[in-house]
Amino acid sequence: MTRPTRRTLLSASATAALAVPVTSGKAATIAGVLPWAPNAVTPPEAVTPGGWRYFTPEEAEAIDAIVARLIPADDLGPGAKEAGCTVFIDRQLAGPYGGHDTLYMEGPFPADPLPQQGVQSQVTPRQHYRAGLAALAAYCKATFAGKGFAALDTEAQDKLLAGLESNAVKLPGADGRAFFAAVLGNTMEGFFADPVHGGNRDLAGWKLIGFPGARYDYRDVIAKPNQAYALPPVGLQGRPDWRNKP
Amino acid sequence: MTRRLPRKDVVVVGLGWTGSIVALELARAGLSVVAIERGPWRDTATDFNIGTAPDELRYAVRNDAFLPPKVETLTARNNISQRALPMRRWGSFLPGHGVGGAGIHWNGQTWRFLPDDFRLRSKIVERYGEAFLPADSTIQDWGVTYSELEPHYDRFEHVLGISGKAGNIGGKLQDGGNPFEGARSREFPTEPMAPSHAQNLFAKAAAERGLHPFPRPSANLSTAYTNTYGCKMAPCTYCGFCERFGCANYSKASPQTCVLPVLVREPNFEARTECEVTKVNLAPDGKQATGVTYVDAAGEEFEQPADLVIVCAYAIFNVRLLLLSGIGKPYDPQRNEGVVGRNYAYQCGAGATGFFEDTKFNPFAGAGSNATAADDYNSDNFDHGPHGFVGGASMSCGHSNGRPILYHPTPPGTPAWGSKWKRAVRDTYQRVAGVGAQGSVMSYRGNYLDLDPTYKDPLGRPLMRMTFDFQDNERKLSAWMALRCEEVAKAMGAKQVLTGKLTGPWSTVPYQTTHNTGGAVMGSDPKTSVLNRYLQSWDVPNVFVMGASAFPQNAGYNPTGTVGALTYWALEAIIGKYLKSPGALVPA
Amino acid sequence: MRAAGLVLLALLLAPVARAEDAQVARGRALATAGDCVACHTAPGGGDFAGGLALETPFGIIRTANLTPDKTTGIGTWSAEDFRVAMREGVRPDGMHLYPAFPYPYYARVAPADVDAIFAYLRTLKPVANAVDRDTLPFPYSIRGLMRGWNLLFLGGQPFTPDPKRSAEFNRGAYLAEGLGHCGACHTPLERFGSSNNAAYLQANRIAGWTAPNITADARLGIGAWSIEEIVAYLHTGANSTSLASGPMAEVVTHSTSQMPVEDLRAIAVYLKERGAAGAPAPAPVAPNDPAMQAGQAIFVDTCGACHGRDGAGVSGVFPRLAGNPVVVQDDPGSLARVVLGGARAAATSGAPTSPAMPAFGYRLDDRQVAAVLTYIRNAWGNAAAAVPPAAVGEMRSALVARAP
Repeated sequence: MTRPTRRTLLSASATAALAVPVTSGKAATIAGVLPWAPNAVTPPEAVTPGGWRYFTPEEAEAIDAIVARLIPADDLGPGAKEAGCTVFIDRQLAGPYGGHDTLYMEGPFPADPLPQQGVQSQVTPRQHYRAGLAALAAYCKATFAGKGFAALDTEAQDKLLAGLESNAVKLPGADGRAFFAAVLGNTMEGFFADPVHGGNRDLAGWKLIGFPGARYDYRDVIAKPNQAYALPPVGLQGRPDWRNKP
Repeated sequence: MTRRLPRKDVVVVGLGWTGSIVALELARAGLSVVAIERGPWRDTATDFNIGTAPDELRYAVRNDAFLPPKVETLTARNNISQRALPMRRWGSFLPGHGVGGAGIHWNGQTWRFLPDDFRLRSKIVERYGEAFLPADSTIQDWGVTYSELEPHYDRFEHVLGISGKAGNIGGKLQDGGNPFEGARSREFPTEPMAPSHAQNLFAKAAAERGLHPFPRPSANLSTAYTNTYGCKMAPCTYCGFCERFGCANYSKASPQTCVLPVLVREPNFEARTECEVTKVNLAPDGKQATGVTYVDAAGEEFEQPADLVIVCAYAIFNVRLLLLSGIGKPYDPQRNEGVVGRNYAYQCGAGATGFFEDTKFNPFAGAGSNATAADDYNSDNFDHGPHGFVGGASMSCGHSNGRPILYHPTPPGTPAWGSKWKRAVRDTYQRVAGVGAQGSVMSYRGNYLDLDPTYKDPLGRPLMRMTFDFQDNERKLSAWMALRCEEVAKAMGAKQVLTGKLTGPWSTVPYQTTHNTGGAVMGSDPKTSVLNRYLQSWDVPNVFVMGASAFPQNAGYNPTGTVGALTYWALEAIIGKYLKSPGALVPA
Repeated sequence: MRAAGLVLLALLLAPVARAEDAQVARGRALATAGDCVACHTAPGGGDFAGGLALETPFGIIRTANLTPDKTTGIGTWSAEDFRVAMREGVRPDGMHLYPAFPYPYYARVAPADVDAIFAYLRTLKPVANAVDRDTLPFPYSIRGLMRGWNLLFLGGQPFTPDPKRSAEFNRGAYLAEGLGHCGACHTPLERFGSSNNAAYLQANRIAGWTAPNITADARLGIGAWSIEEIVAYLHTGANSTSLASGPMAEVVTHSTSQMPVEDLRAIAVYLKERGAAGAPAPAPVAPNDPAMQAGQAIFVDTCGACHGRDGAGVSGVFPRLAGNPVVVQDDPGSLARVVLGGARAAATSGAPTSPAMPAFGYRLDDRQVAAVLTYIRNAWGNAAAAVPPAAVGEMRSALVARAP
């Protein structure tokens, strides 16, 4: 997600978008009336698939293979790969999240923080993924006769991932468990986040569990306790029924 | 170079709930008021556009509406033997940012503390004896009573339009309300919200177990409402995007919906946004504030002279501003002397997660405060004698939301990924209801706030350092409440129940609650309080400090209702007494 | 700390208040009723110092400086100069004013009232603000052309009460047809920019907004509003179904909310009693029309949380859409504009909330905006022509051109 700045946006298409900063980052004096400007809105940049903003093709291939095992496609529906979680993670890493842009990153960074003091590393998510994927590639190459993770059969992939999760598998020069946890966490984010961010394609994650999304009005649900909800899910960019075919 | 600005009667530091109310009431009293706010202006239609607001990743996971830690964070440790390290990202709590403050992103649970809570130390000593007080605790009475605050609770609730059911009007118990509450002067402004299936199960199970369930007081409104300032609000739509989000449809009480529309119309009021107050300036004798210094977004420094300084920032940052300004004696835990930073407290949780069969809880249809509660185990509503702890918790059940990144439960023993996880997450989403307990935290000699010796903010000022851990008293309370929650969850028909209670040291990592209290507490004795009973600084009488920083210890409730009541209480004293005769309202 | 300052202020103000004679006070009230300040004040500029750019079908016209500044304002004008300008649209130097300044309406104002306004304007603080008054493109830049225009259209006669009507009606007519110049916005313009008196108050597109029908027509006008609801709308900007936004929010803020309630009541009586005009309802667009289907889906997901799935709205916060004449005007311009760019309701002391409609131009394309508008115009018993996507596209382009 690109951190949006406040701007006026009139066009629904990105090409004709008008981007004019209104107030952010500037001290303002407010008196008399509530500030307001037409067209002022701060939508997130809508992710469109295609190409990689951060991953190399090899890295993307490995992430695709990992997320396909974390949330597999099966008889219940699409998995994380089909839902676009790799695109989601790529765009997240390319944006402010990937660089820890809003976090407190002043030193010193002691080497031995207590677990309850949280992350105390200078390593950003971008760097974490790059190093973790390189270590995974090196481990696979050495262990599986030169094959990368994506080339392994699913059984071997699952076994390796479970090994990372339990810390039974040690990656050369990287904390495999922390890397696994990061990918799992981001995969879940991508699978369940609004599709505007690149994952949860066709609302696959929401349809799986029955989350109806951003409709903002469930008075009809609360009025009928313990009954199934019928309307299809909707994301910030709408749903297929919004299309008015000529 | 610092630019000196024309004098104002009042400078208000921070424009959230307390700042907006203070600014409005003092402007209406005829004073010129400037509110200085670190974050940006925030407007419902612009910043909480209904087409951008319900974005879980952006607001609830990436914390887009909260204070960026790079602007300010704090360091944390459990005790003085540890080295404090910065909270590089928010975890345990989430401070707000910008106009509206925490009033933007709160859930809306709007409680009154119980009469016993305001004289807690006296009550414990009377009923159980002094030896019953927890070791090293610094529990004290507030210096104000419930009956003194009642009109101000009432006033705050009618500004917000709180939905609920009274349990005690003028001493007469009311069916369907909380029989333990202090007497109210009248019914809630709006009727209770509509209950969900889980709430219905809870209400029945709790009543069967002899508890007294009632609808939790809610700032998500059940119906349209026009408040006492003439501001109009719309009914809540149970959208499930309250906590961590701004409300898009004017149905959650906030400074935006309840105060700012009338505040900006006051001709002698102005707000300056994206301006950070760095210091309250004092006269050479240190006994009078002369105004504040602030830095705008471009880095330019200004001096704003004023006759009255009202500090209305977030509780923790109120304390930091006092320390950075040299107002009041900093607390020293070794010598047990000083007051600023003393009696920092928090909230402790416990709960039971019930896994049901064949239910459709529809967790996505909810509101931040839509729940059914029971107060039988709160405060001193039960005999603590057999249990060996003081304090209590409000118990409640209800789905505030079903947002799926942070809420996709699976039964215990489910793998964290793979096809088995996928099937479990699908099968479980509609079948989980929790009974939660929000517990009090007492104040202790070793839990406090001071300035960090190592880490600085971008302006080069030391960060706040928090030294805090849960003590045995709270661990006992939490463990006991977990069992109470489990009993009710089972009685609701859950097939499997998972309990949660305090374990291990307090951690900065998982979210717990943004109910940080104390550090600039009110009281009757300048040796053990920063503020007198009117929230006026003992040391610098033209400085008042609003907010939960004034709580001597925390109760088993969300703080906002009491924060609001204290604000109106202090305003009554400022307008009715201080302006007529500026100076200390209570002799030190 | 404050008391001393307050006393001093009172002492300074007292003689001034006494000095303001009755004529000036009346002039101030009349200038308020005429909302002179709305057009004669530029954003960020001094009150009455002019310079606001008015959009007309012929180009941009900047408004005059009405403060008594001797070089850039009307400081050298006589009362008679002012009377001629107000009545005939001619400046003391003989140059013609454009009828963006609605002198055909002001011709109906009683001379004594014009003099009172002039007396009030003389008390303003002079502001030096030179306004470029000649910004229209050729041939409209030739002010002399107005001589011919006036021959054709200047029908404004001093107001004469209708003895068959009540005093209240006549008071309302004097205000609405004269200083209030309601028709300047709410009456469609002829080809040369004059009001089409045959379609008086029957809706008009002005400055990119639809000024709706305000005849007593029950479907398109204010016929379904009670006198009390009209008064509430003018007095506070809000009544149980509607909120003033766009240019009408400014009218309410600067003018009608400041006027005596008796005058608002007189205007309401006039509007209710002077007659109804409006086309009958067309057949509604069928619910199975693809635009209606898409529009309903968009409405349920985007609009229903505020306006209600039944279109009932919330009094004072979200306008009612079901049965609201604004929704079914022939011209859907304002509707498209409000959905694309949002709108803020008027803020008044009687209705301070000033809620705002969020902008959706970033989220919905032209077809989707057209679909949801077609839906609200034809749901819940409403009936109006379908909105073509091209009309939304034109409004979007105009808003882009207008954006800061």
